[in-house]
Amino acid sequence: MPSVTRVVLAEDEVLLREGLVGLLTRFGFAVAAAVGSAPALVDAVRTHRPDLVVTDIRMPPEHRDDGLRAAVTLRAESPDLAVVVLSQHVQSGYAAALLDSGDGRRVGYLLKDRVADVAEFADTLRRVAAGGTAVDPDVVRHLLRRPRDPLDTLSRREREVLGLVAEGHSNGAIAARLHVTEAAVGKHVGNILAKLDLPPDDDTNRRVLAVLAYLRAGG
Amino acid sequence: MTQPSHLAGALRRRHYPLSAWPWRALAYAATTLPVAGVLAVAWSVVVAPLLLVVSALRRDRPVDVPALAVLAALALAALAVAPLAVAPVAAVERWRLGLVDSRPLPGPLRRGPIGRFTAAAWREVAYCAWLATVVPLAYGTFGLLVLLDVALVAGPWLTGGGERIVLVWDTVDSPAGAVPYAVAGVLAAPLLAYLAGPLVAGQAAVARWLLDGAPDAAALREVTRSRARLMGAYEAERRRIERDVHDGAQPRLTSLTLQLGLARLDVPDDSPAAPPLDAAHEQAKELMVTLRGIVQGIRPRQLTELGLAGAVGDLAARSVVPVTVRADLSRPAPELVETTAWYVVSEALGNVARHAGATRAQVRLAHTGRRLVVEVEDDGRGGADPDRGTGLTGLADRVAAVDGRLLLASPPGGPTILRVELPCRP
Repeated sequence: MPSVTRVVLAEDEVLLREGLVGLLTRFGFAVAAAVGSAPALVDAVRTHRPDLVVTDIRMPPEHRDDGLRAAVTLRAESPDLAVVVLSQHVQSGYAAALLDSGDGRRVGYLLKDRVADVAEFADTLRRVAAGGTAVDPDVVRHLLRRPRDPLDTLSRREREVLGLVAEGHSNGAIAARLHVTEAAVGKHVGNILAKLDLPPDDDTNRRVLAVLAYLRAGG
Repeated sequence: MTQPSHLAGALRRRHYPLSAWPWRALAYAATTLPVAGVLAVAWSVVVAPLLLVVSALRRDRPVDVPALAVLAALALAALAVAPLAVAPVAAVERWRLGLVDSRPLPGPLRRGPIGRFTAAAWREVAYCAWLATVVPLAYGTFGLLVLLDVALVAGPWLTGGGERIVLVWDTVDSPAGAVPYAVAGVLAAPLLAYLAGPLVAGQAAVARWLLDGAPDAAALREVTRSRARLMGAYEAERRRIERDVHDGAQPRLTSLTLQLGLARLDVPDDSPAAPPLDAAHEQAKELMVTLRGIVQGIRPRQLTELGLAGAVGDLAARSVVPVTVRADLSRPAPELVETTAWYVVSEALGNVARHAGATRAQVRLAHTGRRLVVEVEDDGRGGADPDRGTGLTGLADRVAAVDGRLLLASPPGGPTILRVELPCRP
């Protein structure tokens, strides 16, 4: 376990950037640099070599998806870099672009609103920095809502579990949330993987990736 | 094949001689005669002073000045009231034009007697003058040709009594000599009958040109452009508001909510400050959701961030019906055109999901010449009807506002193809 997670933060709105710096510091992250544009982000990452990048999607200079493109570039340069992008609204295409960068691990796609739930947000950052994948619940819900034949075979509870799996939760965490035993969750996950024609696997991340890859295939 | 809407169009069809069009042309020509006759008499009042001068000059006599003055005054008075006087004639002529041209022809707007003195009314006067002078000449010439043809055909009988007659340029004195001319005359008859068609069509074209009371095309184009400019300004304003909220209010609110969340962490659960802080945090979070909804309603965010092709791809990904997108956009279109195109696709895919009962749909985006073409096709049940409130009317209005065209093919049983063409002015 490395001592402290070093973070480079990119957010163009000064107040929010300062708020995020406060949040990260409060939860024990070390903020190596906090910048306000996509090119500055790329420079800062090359200089500081952080463990984690947290970036807004829409940033200067073009105010489009500059932050996301910078993140994808950085991931291509160093596949081990953990990246969490923040988006103002649900945009499944962004999630796909990010998941396609590198091996799909150490990435997160979250709605900006999530930073309001500070503890949960910090928890998600930690999970991603530790090698996990995190997709915003809204995006997952959005993907699950689409009628797709294999998913129709899932029960409501199985869909619920799949959503939580896609968000990057472990079986234990899911069990705690749904107030069921971990064994029951394990059974649900087994059923889901079987119904979706995915080979069972103990490795949490490979399981997440398989599910996400499946979700992405339809997008 | 569609029926031609006017004589000139019908003339280009192979079945013209067998259609009703020659008879319609004949009816038009026949009814022209009395109208032209009446107008010719009225026209003589206007040209009377000129006739007086000409006749005096020809007879080498001095011009009768008092008579000329009276006639000139009469002519000027007639011309002055002409815009009022010709109104009923113009109305009759517009109605009569319907015989050979079923396309609508609006008359000028009537705004009382004074309001009659407009460019459109003077065009009606010009039409009447033309009908009183040029048309009788043309009809007369054509009538002479017909008479000549009749004479050619009748030649063998006319020469029966051993009389010498002149046919065109030759003099013949026996029925046998006249026969070749008669044959030529018989052959020329259908040609003449056919020639009548273009003649009447030409007359109808001039009538249409001079009697069209609609605002002229240039003015209409200007109105269309100014509407597009207004729409453009409106769109720019929406974009500015969206940007202000997105770049100003939203991150500040997020920051505020975050600070409230951080503050709550350091307040013990049993502190009296905890419940109000929790409530403030919750309300701020709800406000974030509300504000996000408002911004999205002002202008689609995806369009700003992803461009047209990306935003349409996002729409397709959200659709309940599987949608494939083929975007061939070599260059960006003006902002207003892109927004319109996005709304077209958004609305069309909404219709596909709600009404079509389709299993798949396809969206095509391409530049064709100086236009952006958007096509949405589905394999649903078809029968889309703009009158049944499927949102097509609103869509058509939106498209018309940028001077675009909306075409819909939706036979019962499907497939439904919606095609929208949007001009991309620089």
